[in-house]
Amino acid sequence: MKLFWQRFLGNPRVIIGLAWLAMVVFVALFANVLAPRDPFSIVAVPFIRPSGAYWLGTDSLGRDVLAGLMHGARTTLLIAVFATLAAVAFGTLVGAIAGYYGGNIDDVLMRLTEFFQTIPSFLFAIVLIAVLSPSAMNLVIAISVVSWPPITRVVRGEVLSVKSREFVQAAIVAGQRDSAILLTQVLPNTLSPLIVTGSLLVATAILVESALSFLGLGAPNQMSWGFMIGAGRSFLRDAWWLVTVPGIAILLTVLAINLVGEGLNDALNPRLADL
Amino acid sequence: MSAHILAIENLTVALPAWSDRKHAVSNVSISIGTKEILCIVGESGSGKSIMGKAILGLLPKPHVRATGGRIVFERRDLLGLPEDEMRKLRGGRIAMIFQEPMTALNPLMKVGRQIDEVLEVHTDLKPHKRKARVLALINDVRLPDPERIVNSYPHQLSGGQRQRIVIAMALALEPALIIADEPTTALDVTTQAQILHLMKELQRAHGTSILFITHDFGVVAEIADRVAVMRHGEIVEAGSADDVLRNPQADYTKALIAAVPGLKPRLKDAEAARPLLVVRDLEKTYVTAGGFGGAPRRVTAVNKVSLELGRQSSLALVGESGSGKSTLARCIIGLEVPEGGEILLDGARISGLTRNQLRPYRRDIQMIFQDPFASLNPRQRIGNIIALGPMIQGVSREQAIAEARELLSLVGLKPEAADRYPHEFSGGQRQRIGIARALAVKPKLIVADEPVSALDVSVQKQVLELLNDLRHKFGLSMLFITHDLRVAATVCEDIAIMQRGVIVEHGPTAKIFANPEHPYTRSLLDAVPGKEWINALP
Repeated sequence: MKLFWQRFLGNPRVIIGLAWLAMVVFVALFANVLAPRDPFSIVAVPFIRPSGAYWLGTDSLGRDVLAGLMHGARTTLLIAVFATLAAVAFGTLVGAIAGYYGGNIDDVLMRLTEFFQTIPSFLFAIVLIAVLSPSAMNLVIAISVVSWPPITRVVRGEVLSVKSREFVQAAIVAGQRDSAILLTQVLPNTLSPLIVTGSLLVATAILVESALSFLGLGAPNQMSWGFMIGAGRSFLRDAWWLVTVPGIAILLTVLAINLVGEGLNDALNPRLADL
Repeated sequence: MSAHILAIENLTVALPAWSDRKHAVSNVSISIGTKEILCIVGESGSGKSIMGKAILGLLPKPHVRATGGRIVFERRDLLGLPEDEMRKLRGGRIAMIFQEPMTALNPLMKVGRQIDEVLEVHTDLKPHKRKARVLALINDVRLPDPERIVNSYPHQLSGGQRQRIVIAMALALEPALIIADEPTTALDVTTQAQILHLMKELQRAHGTSILFITHDFGVVAEIADRVAVMRHGEIVEAGSADDVLRNPQADYTKALIAAVPGLKPRLKDAEAARPLLVVRDLEKTYVTAGGFGGAPRRVTAVNKVSLELGRQSSLALVGESGSGKSTLARCIIGLEVPEGGEILLDGARISGLTRNQLRPYRRDIQMIFQDPFASLNPRQRIGNIIALGPMIQGVSREQAIAEARELLSLVGLKPEAADRYPHEFSGGQRQRIGIARALAVKPKLIVADEPVSALDVSVQKQVLELLNDLRHKFGLSMLFITHDLRVAATVCEDIAIMQRGVIVEHGPTAKIFANPEHPYTRSLLDAVPGKEWINALP
């Protein structure tokens, strides 16, 4: 049996996905160095086509699209990653408690989860932003509030199956406390599906963030890909690059995350991959 | 040797590159005569099941495939046969019986229809003729009330009844050869005895040949005409059942037969004074909610059970599946909460305590679990797994790990094993780790729930010997739960027989074996496979 890393990195799709993600993360980290000026500042006349001076052209106000793309990567990734972390943390907590204790606790928590699942998630996010007012922090809150239920269901299912295994009973017989059993015996054995679901959730979070920014509900005064598409949509026929460039960036990033997530899944569950 | 029904010549089956050995089956030649039962015996990983699958063309291709040799059946080489020809043979001239009848049957289809389907696919019989044939088959396998059975779903039948249905399906087309892969392993011992009897009887009546794959020499002694012993994909010994069983030539066969637990009852060392464990009138009922407003179902798993276990003595709790023996053990260890009765450990009442109140008693009572693959946390190092109990009892981490290393060498593993993870060990080694974990808190009483039933017979013997050594070294008492009277007899001085939640007979092993009083005890003793042969062993 090959090692996890060999299986993971031996997959060409993972390499393609990782390469694109590495580039996006690099650009997001060093956006200030690569494009030191404020992305909202006007640098040239409007509607310059992609050319030698401005690789990706300028927009309706004469702002550099490349600079916007770089700073947008930072905003979009930050919000998506933090929203996912919050959703995973909360979802894991709820799912673990529901699965481990079962009975009435499980019933209450799962009905609550279903309540959140039945509300159309994007509409719910819009409502939340409308109530909370648009800001980066509130975007993180809105996205994590609409995306924790699937994590809860995955964790609960895993905990249910792991807790009936004999090593958990052995821990009970040894006299370990519930909280310690949950943390040291049960949860480490639910990691694989959690990592896979979590990584795919980043992709969904990027889409939700972009869609909210597109509608003008994104973080104000911060360039993001969704905002760029929203601002450029009325000039689609005259200046195609305003919408296309950030659109392709979103597409490729989401695709790359999905490729890596699938690769993680194949590498963590080698038997499924063989079939 | 004129009338061969099947001849395997120099068969080699390759395993995928990442396996620990190259061939599942290497260069095996064996043949089955007409009207003969050939038993292939071997431990897990010996390649016996792969060989059965190779005959039927059911190998998990492309990773596992036959790379050499021939399988000649009715003058045709099965390895070269196209897939649609194979399909006609399977279920037609060659039938298969699997280990687990529940998975071999379609749960959504009435069993009568499932037998009927075999006939529909393979024959031109008219529907009413088929119906008559299905009823005749069900009658053949001695199922009562065929009309009712035909209209039952698999889950409405017991394990033994399901296996009879599978046998009826196998017989439906009067095959020349039946391949039976551990057909009785999942069954209770009394059911196993009935099924073996039935298979032998039907085989005589229909003149079928059977290739019977098993790990149990007792079963071999019951049913085989000829025996082939397999190890690491090779046949180490083949011959008539009498020769191989009574006069084995190969060292491996000798070792395997020596590892079969005998029926020699263990004698009491000394009468114990004050009992260590007392169970009085224990009751446990499971209530499952009825679906869609149906009445809730109650199952009394343990019904007013009382027993006593002396210091440094051992009691075997023997029963078939569903007898409540595991529930009783789980109540004693505190994994289940009984509704009535009491449990006293060393004079102190431990029933009715919360888990926090129970914690101090954990150092006196520990458990060894059944499945060595599920009982160790795959994400923890062996040292931490063993040290957990003592650390909870207040031993410092360094000392607990140091003691874990000592325990590992005591159970026959290297102390360095403490730094490794469970997946690096075999089933037998893992069970040794499980034993070390139970001993880590230096308990007075160990509850062992079928600790050897998942192990191969030779490993089983080693683990039982280890348990025996440790009992004397630590002065342990042991409550040993098992379905196997042979194991119970080798391990324990006392036996309690459980049936449907009640202890029907309880006493010294020697007395119960010599003079079983309850009819159920008698039927259990009668059902031990290969009983005469085992008793005749030196």
